[in-house]
Amino acid sequence: MSEVADRLKNIIRPENLIYGKSPVLNDVTMHYCPGCSHGVVHKLIADVIEELGIQDKTIGVSPVGCAVFAYNYIDIDWSEAAHGRAPAVATGIKRVMPEKTVFTYQGDGDLAAIGTAETMHAVNRGENIVMIFINNAIYGMTGGQMAPTTLLGQITATTPYGRNVDLNGYPLKITELIAQLPGAAYVTRQSVHTAGAVRKARKAIRKAFELSQQNIGTCFVEVVSTCNSGWKMTPVESNDWMVKHMFPLFPLGDLKDGGKDATEPFQTRKE
Amino acid sequence: MGELRLMKGNEVIAEAAIRYGCDGYFGYPITPQSEVMESLMALRPWESTGMVVLQAESEIASIHMVYGAAGCGKRVMTSSSSPGISLMAEGISYIAGSELPCVIVNVQRGGPGLGTIQPSQADYNQATKGGGHGDYSLLVLAPASVQEMNDFVGLGFDLAYKYRNPVMILADGVIGQMMEKVELMDQQPRWTDQQVKEITGSWATQGKTGDRAKHVITSLEMDSHIMEENNLRLQAKYQRMKEEDVRFETIECEDAEYILVAFGCAARICQKTVQLAREKGHKVGLLRPITLFPFPEKVIAEMASHVKGFLTVEFNAGQMVNDVRLAVNGRTTVEYFGRMGGILPSPDEVEKALLHKLIGE
Repeated sequence: MSEVADRLKNIIRPENLIYGKSPVLNDVTMHYCPGCSHGVVHKLIADVIEELGIQDKTIGVSPVGCAVFAYNYIDIDWSEAAHGRAPAVATGIKRVMPEKTVFTYQGDGDLAAIGTAETMHAVNRGENIVMIFINNAIYGMTGGQMAPTTLLGQITATTPYGRNVDLNGYPLKITELIAQLPGAAYVTRQSVHTAGAVRKARKAIRKAFELSQQNIGTCFVEVVSTCNSGWKMTPVESNDWMVKHMFPLFPLGDLKDGGKDATEPFQTRKE
Repeated sequence: MGELRLMKGNEVIAEAAIRYGCDGYFGYPITPQSEVMESLMALRPWESTGMVVLQAESEIASIHMVYGAAGCGKRVMTSSSSPGISLMAEGISYIAGSELPCVIVNVQRGGPGLGTIQPSQADYNQATKGGGHGDYSLLVLAPASVQEMNDFVGLGFDLAYKYRNPVMILADGVIGQMMEKVELMDQQPRWTDQQVKEITGSWATQGKTGDRAKHVITSLEMDSHIMEENNLRLQAKYQRMKEEDVRFETIECEDAEYILVAFGCAARICQKTVQLAREKGHKVGLLRPITLFPFPEKVIAEMASHVKGFLTVEFNAGQMVNDVRLAVNGRTTVEYFGRMGGILPSPDEVEKALLHKLIGE
């Protein structure tokens, strides 16, 4: 054992470092399950905040769900929102401190079920915030129940015989709805299951945070993610399942780019 | 002397918020308090003081906008009426649990359910016993005049920041809709960034600078022992409110044998009842609680040793009467009289109830 430790010690040296993490990501043990996508996305956000030099002006809004403790991992000021209310909380923060960078970090249950109204209306107002949407088609923290994005036929704790249209309706493609809203500036769907996908997701998250400095509307990044514990698969099986079953319904790529829609008011203010 | 105007209670809330230097208002229209946001939108304070005004998509969203903005150390508020306050219960619990200061105005209407748009005081229990989940209390101010609608906005913010606790102004449809003479305060400047930092810099989310640890606004704690400590800290705060910030008014109580206890518009009606009863030779006084939480239980307990009885007059099925009974603790008679559904009794009707239930005529 000590032989292995010695060998590792020889390898783990500053001169051998080829890949690191931002100091904005705290040196703490995350509570996420091995194989979960949250940790990767957290790292990307922390990297982007450091790269853009906005640690001292960024305020995060964490959700209810697995990412509730995001505030333990990214070293910025945070407000922990009630279930689904993150876009309203972010609106309140951004409206009274418009010079700050404000982002929400939400899961599918939070953003697309209980918080659908807050999500749609924040984007429709063109709130100058970033929204990071982790879509893993299941409730993780609560214990694997059906989410609004759960696939037809998918087995969860509350759809033990598979999601059934007659009983449960259809999986909600909320990002497609978001892209239709005039207040959305940039809407994209990414994933983090391969090195290439992580690079693309990093670029998208960086773009969202950069655009949000220009106050041109809401920047929305969906990350199609795995929940191997909830899905009851190994991490590798989860990646394969996501590619095979989720990507056809939730195809990756940009849905909208170029800022919120220009409009002509129907009637100018009465003077 | 400040500027004098004839104004509606709801309009005064808007005017007082701007003049006090409030940073933001987030709300959703509901009768009978929609004039609050309508007045703010017409006055456009974002062009004068820089105050933010936003119409949210629901009361749920508006209270969580208040949560977010209050967490930045900004002086923010919302207003609504009974059904809207029920929707806000979640957010109010989070605000209390996260110990954030803000002002919430409830211009009460009759319930339950959609109820009526007529005035009521049926949200007394909701306001004073929490209203949402968990052990928490709001500091509750009950205005009885348009002047107090003005005064309690500033007082509310002062108390909210003294305790880092949400303050509710529990008005009713009468106070919100009626017009009275009001003396307005002079325009105060909003807090500068420097002031916000000095006052709230130890906890608010204003961006983590290199000289301090990150700030997190949350009511979540997974360690049961720490969660119990958090609860004990909240309870100690509510105890301090009881010691330092009980407010009430007494009218002709010095020699009184019978005490009417009433708040808000009910107290206005009872004021006339006191006069009518005294004309007939009955020694009647009025105790008007101004803070409903903390409740003026000490003064009631003192009075209980020498008066013949209390009659609470409230526009609900008898809610405050339970707090009076707790304070009196069986030492004398405590009766209730009230009307519901938006009906306000006349001073004569209250006097009849007083004679029948308490004086025994």
